[in-house]
Amino acid sequence: MVKRFLMLVLLISFALMILPLLREIRPATELPPLAQKYVQDGPDELGAANLVTAVVVTYRGLDTLGEVAVLFIATAGVGFLLRRKEKKLGSSPKRPASEILQTGTDFLMPLIFLFGVYIFVHGHLTPGGGFQGGVMIASGMLLLFLSNSATRINHTVLHFVESLSGAFYVGLCVLGLILAAGFLDNRFLPLGKLGSLFSGGAIPIIYSLIGLKVGSELVGILENLRRNDS
Amino acid sequence: MSIVSILGALLILIGLWGMLTQTNIIKIIIGFSILDTGIHLIIVSIGYISGRTAPILDRAVSQADALRRVVDPIPSALVLTAIVIGLAITALMLVYAVRMHKSRGSLNINDYEDLKW
Repeated sequence: MVKRFLMLVLLISFALMILPLLREIRPATELPPLAQKYVQDGPDELGAANLVTAVVVTYRGLDTLGEVAVLFIATAGVGFLLRRKEKKLGSSPKRPASEILQTGTDFLMPLIFLFGVYIFVHGHLTPGGGFQGGVMIASGMLLLFLSNSATRINHTVLHFVESLSGAFYVGLCVLGLILAAGFLDNRFLPLGKLGSLFSGGAIPIIYSLIGLKVGSELVGILENLRRNDS
Repeated sequence: MSIVSILGALLILIGLWGMLTQTNIIKIIIGFSILDTGIHLIIVSIGYISGRTAPILDRAVSQADALRRVVDPIPSALVLTAIVIGLAITALMLVYAVRMHKSRGSLNINDYEDLKW
C-alpha cells in the first residue's frame, strides 16, 4: 500500500516536472537561428544534400564519435558478460530451419547486404546513413543465423573490420584537423556537385566507416548471444 | 504543446510506471524502451514545424527555398544519436538479464535481494 502510494507520488511529481517542458513546446513557424545557419550554409559549406547528415557527421561530429564509443563499450560489455569456455557449437542436435526460411535466406541475404551498403554510401543524399545501414547488415546476418544454426563467422575478420573502421574514422577526423579547418572537418576532399554520389568531401567515407563499424559490432553482439544460447 | 509531445510524455509515464511496478526483469527492460521512445518523440516534436518537409535537399526542395520548406535538422540528429545509444543500453541490459537468469534461474527481481536494505 505504502509502495503503491509512493509510486503514485513519484509518477505525479515526474509528470509535473515535464509539464513545463511540454508548455514550452509551441508550434513553431520558423527555424531557430542555429538551424537557420545550418540550413542556409550547410549545403555550400559541406556539400551534403541531407542536412541531418551534415549535422550528425560534421557540425556535431564529436557527438557521433562519442556515440560510436558508447556503442563500442556496450559491445565490449556484452562480450565480457557472455564470455565463457568455447564449447563445441552444435554439439546438441538441433532441428534444422524450415525449407522456406532457408530458401528465403539464400535469396534475401545478398539483397539485404546490398541495401545496407547502399543506405550508408548514400547517407549524405537520402534518408539513412551509417547507423541505419549497419543495423540492416546486422539484420541480414541475423537471418543467416536463424536459418542455419551451424553458421560460423570468422571472429578475426569481424574484429579487424571493427577496429580498422574505428581507427580510420578517427584518422579521418585528425586529417581534417591537419588539412582543413578543424577536427572532423570534411573539406579536405573536393566537395563536388551538390546531390551527386561523390560529393560532401569526406562525409560518405566517414559514414561508410561508421556503417561498417556499427554493422560488425551488432553482428558481434548477435554472435555472442547466439553462442551463449546453444 | 503539440499532440506528439503530449503522447511522448504519456509514453514516458507509462514506461516509468512499468519500470516501477513490474517484477519481471524483461518487463522492466520493456518499460525502459517505452520511456526511451517517449523521449525521442518529445525531442522530435520540438523540431517539427507543421506543413514542412524533411531537411533533405533534392529536386523538390531547392537550396534557395530550403529555409521556408524544411524542419529543424538538429533534433533529428540528436534523436538519431539517442536511438543508437538506447539500442546499445537495451542490448547490455538484456545480456545482464541473461546472466542473472543463468546465476539463479529466475527473472523475478524479488529473488535478487543482495543489494536490498
